[in-house]
Amino acid sequence: MSDTKTKKKRKEKPPIEEPLLAPGHRACSGCGESLGAKLVMDAAGPNTYATCCTGCLEVFSTPYPESAWKMPWIHSLFENSSAVAAGIEAALIAQGRDKDVNIIAMGGDGGTADIGIGCLSGMLERGHNILYVCFDNEAYMNTGVQRSGLTPFDARTSTSPPGKRSWGNKTTKKNLPGIAGAHGIPYVATATVGYPNDLINKVKKALKIQGPKYMQVHVPCPLGWIHPTDQTIEIAKLAVLTGLIPIYEMEYGEVTRVRKIGKNRRPVEDYLKPQGRFRHLFAKGAEAEEELEKIRQIAEDNIKKFGLA
Amino acid sequence: MKEFIEGSMAVARGVAVCRPHVVSAYPITPQTHIVEHLSEMVADGDLDSQFINVESEFGAASVVLGAAAAGGRSYSATTSQGLLLMGEVLFNIAGLRLPISITVANRAVSAPINIWNDHSDAMVFRDAGWIMLFAEDNQEVHDMQIQAYKIGENPEIMLPVLVNMDGFILTHAYETVETISQKEADDFLPPFKPEYYLDVNKPITMGVLGDPNYYLETRYSLQEAIDESRDVVKQVAREFKEKFGRWYGDLIDTYRTEDADTVFVAMGSLVGTIKDTVDELRDKGEKVGLLKIRCYRPWPGEEVVESLKNIDNVIVLEKAVSLGASGMMADEIKASLFDTPHRPKISNFFIGLGGRDIPKESLIKVYNQVKEKPQYNQFVDLKPELLEYPS
Amino acid sequence: MARPRPAGYVAEPGSSKANKTGSWRTEKPVFLHDTCTDCRICVLVCPDGIIFGADSIYDADFDFCKGCGICAAECPVDDIEMAPEVR
Repeated sequence: MSDTKTKKKRKEKPPIEEPLLAPGHRACSGCGESLGAKLVMDAAGPNTYATCCTGCLEVFSTPYPESAWKMPWIHSLFENSSAVAAGIEAALIAQGRDKDVNIIAMGGDGGTADIGIGCLSGMLERGHNILYVCFDNEAYMNTGVQRSGLTPFDARTSTSPPGKRSWGNKTTKKNLPGIAGAHGIPYVATATVGYPNDLINKVKKALKIQGPKYMQVHVPCPLGWIHPTDQTIEIAKLAVLTGLIPIYEMEYGEVTRVRKIGKNRRPVEDYLKPQGRFRHLFAKGAEAEEELEKIRQIAEDNIKKFGLA
Repeated sequence: MKEFIEGSMAVARGVAVCRPHVVSAYPITPQTHIVEHLSEMVADGDLDSQFINVESEFGAASVVLGAAAAGGRSYSATTSQGLLLMGEVLFNIAGLRLPISITVANRAVSAPINIWNDHSDAMVFRDAGWIMLFAEDNQEVHDMQIQAYKIGENPEIMLPVLVNMDGFILTHAYETVETISQKEADDFLPPFKPEYYLDVNKPITMGVLGDPNYYLETRYSLQEAIDESRDVVKQVAREFKEKFGRWYGDLIDTYRTEDADTVFVAMGSLVGTIKDTVDELRDKGEKVGLLKIRCYRPWPGEEVVESLKNIDNVIVLEKAVSLGASGMMADEIKASLFDTPHRPKISNFFIGLGGRDIPKESLIKVYNQVKEKPQYNQFVDLKPELLEYPS
Repeated sequence: MARPRPAGYVAEPGSSKANKTGSWRTEKPVFLHDTCTDCRICVLVCPDGIIFGADSIYDADFDFCKGCGICAAECPVDDIEMAPEVR
């Protein structure tokens, strides 16, 4: 690469601005959710109204008198982020303040898939021009890693512990993107902090679409998943490459684009082994082959269903 | 303008002239007609509001919360189970200091399921930080809507208001109501301009985590604001009288108490029946009057004490029971009198629960019982035959 | 005249910066400024958004860096190393 070319390229890089989720927040070191929220907000820009469910994201970002958010932001309750956003949209329209602004409702997997699914469904059904972003770290991390509807099969959580009669969480992840898509909304996407540029592009794309949008962002939690803090991105990538977390887009309920794994496919063990929440599947004398086979089947089904191969 | 309209329409008209930016509600008997009327006004272009149909009362309360946080005047109506389902949000709205108004078509709570009137629903929320007004008739509930916003949106107060009206008894009753015109309303109620609201041009964070270093003060200031709202409720009632010539009392009202030795105390439409009863008893030479509680929260302790200073017997009639304790209003009246030199005898009754009819005869029977000796925690018109287990 | 809003009601945007999370750190990233290709992946993946710089010279704001090590793990040219924090 010649010097002139390098210089020219350098000039194109804009100065780095402090994110709209300002530092000083109390997210754990290596938190995937804080990374996800940072990427989403910066992709959306400052002309964004944000609502947030109760959970880690809310707690770590807004301990009074501090707030990490640099856009108008409100937390009300655990389960009503989407309904509060709907109210904001209605008030902005009524006051003529709805032009050139975004509204993003946020929540964790519990606030979205479990306790907040009623409000979410209402918001999606009514056609509000709102992007809902679910940061999926696959358990109730804020309260100490209890199982949620998005906790994966066989994962250890504090309320789905493995034991003599259990391999951990007995259920597979609720298909929330599918449920969102079934509302016939214009855009649904899954994304992950493992592929940050894809996440950013999807947020930007979603915000250009009029109507309700749903995004589910896979965000590793070093504390709850029990992995080293520097492995957040790597683990998130492995979730995708094993086929366990399919990355795709849906328009009006139909899958329109997928992120292919192809030759880069990795065995599920590569994703499971580095995480303490799956350690019991690999313990000495665990005889977990049958369980691992079930997890392989989940990956296989995803790959088939979404055409990831 | 004088109009012969249904109570629910009186509410809808009263709300509409307040120009709410956002109305959100979920249907529940006997609230339905209120929001049906409002949705028709929006559909016909007579009301320039966003009407949001939601999936539950929890959603409705959350939508109006968001709307108010974004600087919009917002309205909902509900009752009974719906109000209970809103419960978590109601506490949150008060904590966020959002001056939303919700009309409650008061109804009994389940089980057994019962769609008829009592006050069991609203009384649950007496500790939620909401100003609670109870209307006696449809003219009052029409006028109370605009008063509610004027009270709640006062910059010194910034609190939500529950406007209570008896389900069916008022919501479905046709009466002649002097309706407020848009111009009159605009003169009386200024546009909602909160000091803090969500705005991309001046971003703030609302709904913070208040740890033990801060939470206590948030409750203190909430208590301080609702305490101070007593004066605002009074002031708004006075201003309303000046402008419209109508007066229903402010925190309380009294009827024929000047030389009375006995008074009934009640809230809501029962007040009307009591007035008739008082008249009848007065005709027989009984020195009896009425104390109407119009504003239950904040509790008008001083006004109650003042109005009872020459009274020997107080008969508290309540449409709700604090199960395991007593009558909520009776207890508060007793508490208010405790540190005063004059201590009348306080009898208390539960009446009309689940919509049981309250004829004048029942009130006269109660009066005669109390004249004999004070009565405590009595259920009026209990049917003993229904209390026997089959053998 | 409205009284000032009481404590616990509204927080100012970005006021979290009063909280210096750098004290949490047990390891710190060392930006070697050697093989950097100016790709800014470190900037992108920092959960706290505290890596700044330009023209292949980047560094963390150590007032806030929690020392998670994601930047070092994700640097495609190994130009960031984690070292024990010494105070």
